[in-house]
Amino acid sequence: MKSESKLEQILTKGEFAVTSECGPPRGADAEVIRKKGELLKGFVDGVNVTDNQTSVVRMSSISSCVILKGLGLNPIMQMVTRDRNRIAIQSDILGAAALGINNILCLTGDHQKFGDHASAKNVFDMDSIQLVQTVKLMRDEGKFLGGEELKGSPKMFIGAAENPFADPFEIRVPRLAKKVAAGVDFIQTQCIYNLPKFEKWMKLVRDRGLHERVHILGGVTPFKSVGMANYMKKSVPGMDVPDELIERMKAAPKEKKAEEGINICIETIQRLREIEGIHGVHVMAIEWEEMVSEIVKRAGLFPRPHIEG
Amino acid sequence: MIVAERKPLEQISSMIESNNKILIVGCGECVTVCSAGRKKEVEILASALNMVRSKEGKPVEIRQETLERQCDGEYLEQLRGFIGEYEVVISMACGAGVQFMAEKYKNSLVLPALNTKFIGVTEEQGVWSERCHACGDCKLHLTGGVCPIARCSKSLLNGPCGGSANGKCEISPDLVCGWQLIIERLSDLGQLEKYEEIIPINNWSTNRDGGPRKVVREDLRL
Ligand code: SF4
Ligand code: SF4
Repeated sequence: MKSESKLEQILTKGEFAVTSECGPPRGADAEVIRKKGELLKGFVDGVNVTDNQTSVVRMSSISSCVILKGLGLNPIMQMVTRDRNRIAIQSDILGAAALGINNILCLTGDHQKFGDHASAKNVFDMDSIQLVQTVKLMRDEGKFLGGEELKGSPKMFIGAAENPFADPFEIRVPRLAKKVAAGVDFIQTQCIYNLPKFEKWMKLVRDRGLHERVHILGGVTPFKSVGMANYMKKSVPGMDVPDELIERMKAAPKEKKAEEGINICIETIQRLREIEGIHGVHVMAIEWEEMVSEIVKRAGLFPRPHIEG
Repeated sequence: MIVAERKPLEQISSMIESNNKILIVGCGECVTVCSAGRKKEVEILASALNMVRSKEGKPVEIRQETLERQCDGEYLEQLRGFIGEYEVVISMACGAGVQFMAEKYKNSLVLPALNTKFIGVTEEQGVWSERCHACGDCKLHLTGGVCPIARCSKSLLNGPCGGSANGKCEISPDLVCGWQLIIERLSDLGQLEKYEEIIPINNWSTNRDGGPRKVVREDLRL
């Protein structure tokens, strides 16, 4: 094992993994994160904890991870390169590892323009691919970027995100190849709605043998309403929502819209399980965490495998 | 060139509220090309300030000059004979010109009339856009001649980020994604394989992060 991560053990055993997501609160109340954690406990193998997502200030990812770890969950610390330079990044990686966090998801981060502090200075000392390289260097070679040796390597399982639907399409697979070459262990994809396009991408991934070098977890997000489906289609950059899904949501009776959203999500998971090279799902149900357990159960992914330690 | 834009009139006139004898100095280089500090802009600013002050019943005396350039001591010398007669000098050069004038004339109060924006090009008549951040270690040979630092909103060396959609940057539908341009250019040049080479973490010490920079050419020194 490269890391001390439960997620790595599950994936290495060839089990179909389930991860989910948890957004820290906009305040210092630990209870908020505990409540979300309790909803997910036992139903997922790892929980991403966002790092000031959309550039809106929230409780730090590291501290929220520690709170979730205390509940017995396996947190995946998201880290963006927007707010920290290489000194702070390496320091936080060491700190997180010392606190028992052993998964990291390396991201660039949304531009601060989207958030509530648009006049902030950004950092971007490195990009997400260079962050993957940095964690790997620290973990496998026991070195800092500056070349000095560190004492006590951070045993982190290294993840990254990938959006098979973003533009330009011709570099979507080469981009994954770059992340693999940088040393990423697992990938969580952007929300998948356009399955034919996703299958096309996965075929290109397999043609290059990348599926054997990295664990790919397909991302899914259930629609709560027609409004949400439309919003995802029109307003979220790099999101590909086919019209027929919007039609399905519209056709569902008023009191059954959310249920239809869950149905679509479960059907997507079933199809993802059939795709060679997909080793798990990442269920993103932001501010709808209570639905994750139902999705996991109805998708036939419950109970989760038990891992000692 | 360095692209600049004039500050709002209210801001400039508030800087000189209590002054009555003013010298406005234009610059004949970059800010002339981008029409921010030419002889013509000096005239426009002078007449606008005259108008504001006459309306307030506090007329002001303004002299107008435009130098070849303000980032060169030789040309700044041309002000020597009369600069001392003015309470305040408004420089219509870029930030470098304003500072150099102040360095040369220690007893004069030199104020900026422009906001210095970026190193860029004239895209079309009346439109300028940024091309270079002066990072001190040019990487254009790696990226098909499109700058990843100045043209990507996050200065990513291994882009694009997940927010690139329809060729546009996530921060604005009016902004092309720099990485889209890099990829198009590499593909036009038949060099798309270059995209897969990871550009290593950057050495920013040649950028402003290394402190104020200086170039010394021993072969040219007197
Ligand atoms: S790589 Fe550096 S020097 Fe070259 S264009 Fe970009 S910012 Fe300017
Ligand atoms: S969308 Fe393109 S230009 Fe904008 S931050 Fe992402 S990679 Fe850079």
